[in-house]
Amino acid sequence: MNRLSHLEKLEAESIHIMREVVAECEHPVMLYSIGKDSSVMLHLAMKAFYPAKPPFPLMHIDTTWKFREMIAFRDATVQRLGLDLLVHINPDGVAMNVGPFSHGSAVHTDIMKTQGLKQALDRFGFDAAFGGARRDEEKSRAKERVFSIRSAQHRWDPKRQRPELWQLYNARKSKGESIRVFPLSNWTELDIWQYIHQEQIPIVPLYFAAPRPVVERDGALIMVDDERMPLHPGEKPQMRSVRFRTLGCYPLTGAIESTADTLPGIIEEMLLSTTSERQGRVIDKDANASMEQKKQEGYF
Amino acid sequence: MRAGTSGIGGDVMAYLEAQGRKDLLRFITCGSVDDGKSTLIGRLLYESHMLFDDQLSALQSDSKKVGTQGGELDFALLVDGLAAEREQGITIDVAYRFFATEKRKYIVADTPGHEQYTRNMVTGASTADVAVILIDARRGVLTQTRRHSFLVSLIGIRRVVVAINKMDLVAYGAAVAQRIEADYRAFAQQLGLTDITFIPLSALRGDNVIEAGTQMPWYQGPTLMQFLETVPVGQSTADQPFRLPVQWVNRPNQEFRGFAGRVASGSVAPGDAVVVLPSGRSSRVARVVGGSNDLQSAVAGQSITLTLTDEIDISRGDVIAKAAAPAPVADQFDATVVWMSEEPLLPGRPYLLKCGTRTLTATVTAIHHKTDVNTLAQNPARQLELNEIASCRLTLDRPLAYDLYDDNHDTGGFILIDRIGNGTVGAGMLRAAIARDNNLRWQRLDVNKQNRAAQKGQKPCVLWFTGLSGAGKSTIANLVEKRLFEMGRHTYLLDGDNVRHGLNRDLGFSDTDRVENIRRVAEVSRLMSDAGLIVLVSFISPFRSERAMARELFGAGEFIEVFVDTDLAEAERRDPKGLYRKARSGELRNFTGIDSPYEPPVNPELHIRTANTTAEEAAEQVIVQLRQAGMIDVDAVFLP
Repeated sequence: MNRLSHLEKLEAESIHIMREVVAECEHPVMLYSIGKDSSVMLHLAMKAFYPAKPPFPLMHIDTTWKFREMIAFRDATVQRLGLDLLVHINPDGVAMNVGPFSHGSAVHTDIMKTQGLKQALDRFGFDAAFGGARRDEEKSRAKERVFSIRSAQHRWDPKRQRPELWQLYNARKSKGESIRVFPLSNWTELDIWQYIHQEQIPIVPLYFAAPRPVVERDGALIMVDDERMPLHPGEKPQMRSVRFRTLGCYPLTGAIESTADTLPGIIEEMLLSTTSERQGRVIDKDANASMEQKKQEGYF
Repeated sequence: MRAGTSGIGGDVMAYLEAQGRKDLLRFITCGSVDDGKSTLIGRLLYESHMLFDDQLSALQSDSKKVGTQGGELDFALLVDGLAAEREQGITIDVAYRFFATEKRKYIVADTPGHEQYTRNMVTGASTADVAVILIDARRGVLTQTRRHSFLVSLIGIRRVVVAINKMDLVAYGAAVAQRIEADYRAFAQQLGLTDITFIPLSALRGDNVIEAGTQMPWYQGPTLMQFLETVPVGQSTADQPFRLPVQWVNRPNQEFRGFAGRVASGSVAPGDAVVVLPSGRSSRVARVVGGSNDLQSAVAGQSITLTLTDEIDISRGDVIAKAAAPAPVADQFDATVVWMSEEPLLPGRPYLLKCGTRTLTATVTAIHHKTDVNTLAQNPARQLELNEIASCRLTLDRPLAYDLYDDNHDTGGFILIDRIGNGTVGAGMLRAAIARDNNLRWQRLDVNKQNRAAQKGQKPCVLWFTGLSGAGKSTIANLVEKRLFEMGRHTYLLDGDNVRHGLNRDLGFSDTDRVENIRRVAEVSRLMSDAGLIVLVSFISPFRSERAMARELFGAGEFIEVFVDTDLAEAERRDPKGLYRKARSGELRNFTGIDSPYEPPVNPELHIRTANTTAEEAAEQVIVQLRQAGMIDVDAVFLP
């Protein structure tokens, strides 16, 4: 073998990043969101530390509104791989009974996801957290560092980010500061799918088309995943063959009509698709620079 | 539809197979603010069909709202990321973009042309295989073009594309492009850039970006995309000697002891004889583990784990090399340093240096010259400011296994990290190792520190008094020394003013001289504590970094930092030497607290607030502190 393919280079880079964190940080954690990017990140972690297990726990910030299949997949995955999983649910949000239907998507996401994440990082004292974000996802992410330094309040200050040259990452931090680390920074959505295909990585079945009960809301197909979903008068869930390009809270995640029930089928559809994957995420539409704002507030 | 979709039809498996063999090209784009970089990148993304409908509709609405193209698609809006810079209409950081064609995946580092962001360009260039330098056809080769080209040569990018943009605004004239090419070649020669391709194009109209178009029949060369698709990828690091900087030691159980890292150069296979540096121990490769498999061999770029046939001591930061071609080891270098911090680089101040996986302490002991990025003139410098580039002598606290940067970017490039703020403040390239005088060795002495201290019946230590001028440091230190003297202690008081009359007579009050001032007094106090003395140091010592450096010269508990905390207004009111008055009138420059900063200690051993403490009480606090720290034990006092 002489020249590495782009996937081999991406894999080597991600593994290098993970090992740097483990070597230089005291208390890292991997944020595991159950989606396809998390699946790839976890697969890379298994390779990076083989034959040892990844020397850090996984953590899931549960908003209590995830698809049921996601939770089942999560639990099966950690059992299959023999890993430690921490699950954190924001107790304040639970006490206030926060949900996307009662409080709207913005409030729900802020309290259950952003605040929940900050609580969990503080509670366990993690000084580095891996996330599966990619630079191709969104404009403000394109400038994100691989090692993103956060203040003690978890805030992201674009001016304080460190230059990253060659493969040299600076993991040093002052008291209270922490680092978000993005090992998949240079992967694109297509790379992710190709790698899942190449490595036969298990993913949540929701990515594959199947008949599922959905209702149409504001042009999006929302799956009725449990009885908490309030139906409008006269609204009736219909069984349609759908799948999901991204996964999150079920009321905030739009499905697409599809019959692709195999990996090559999904990839083929993606190649022919004309909408970006974030379009299925309701949260992005609030304002053009909303992701940047959320990052400054401590969202991943 | 997106790029690369032709022909998938029924055979997506074959497509995936082909995709799996794509390679990766990284390039940077650099140009002046108005050269149309963002437009060019936006065009590449657009024309390679990497935009989705929803992104396009956002672009259309943005183009109408804030576009600069009279409502037509403004591609620049696609890539100008952060809200702040969208408002200002400039790019202020490095952004990474991705696109793919049938042959390759591309990562583009979009780097700004503003002078104050040299830092970003060097960052973006450090991982690039190719540089695309934009020139506005109407304006020709500018100062900024020279600067970008200099940085490209400095960082060692060998292949350069000069994109002569905005040809539509010069009527697509061949003569314009030819004149720019001649101008550019003339100065590129000085920089040692030889592999240069000139492409006249219009990012706005699309000519020679993907397709040649019909406007420039006189141009016979490749379009930009054709060039990017065919230029050879990467350095030939696979043919160089094997280097594995050890990242992490993997020891899950007694049977497995692996050394994980990313191969920086060369290749490795089981059975290879290897040597570990800097220790020089040797062994053979037992297994090459990649992912969860044993590999027959591994090459540059791969992340692997090696096991060896012998159990030898190896830790993070060591380099495993082929025994036949070991990496050299040195602790003094000449290097090119690019300074990236608002705080200047001060010779004498220690910084952390990270090279490969090794982090150690480095001091710039001399700045040979700095290079003006606009004129390439070499000028003398006493310190380096943000975005300055200089040739420096670096001294490390421990030996480093390395390669020269021109031979290997991964084992010859380094970053500098501020020890207090922890930011990345500089980057550099090792250019030459400096041999130390081999005759210089530590003389082993029969009488040591313990003997000398025992003879005096005391524990040596240093009391480091820091605070503003006029805070009361010397008054308190003087009282403390009297008390210790009366207790039969052997002491010496080093006073800032007094030392400046002798040892430090040659130093002024610039930041650089202040650093050297403290370095010398710290070394003197170490010698004195080595002699068994209790040393009192009364120096303003305004910078945390140098106080930290002084602290590191001493053993645990031996360095006692006493912060004499008087607020500026009070110190200025006292003004015992009339210095504040002079500083205020401008007669005295670089005066701490007035026009030179004082960085208060974060965790001093003793914090004396003089507002509600007399000098005598303060002295007593110091004595109590010494007693609590076990430095003066009344019972052990040697009484004659």
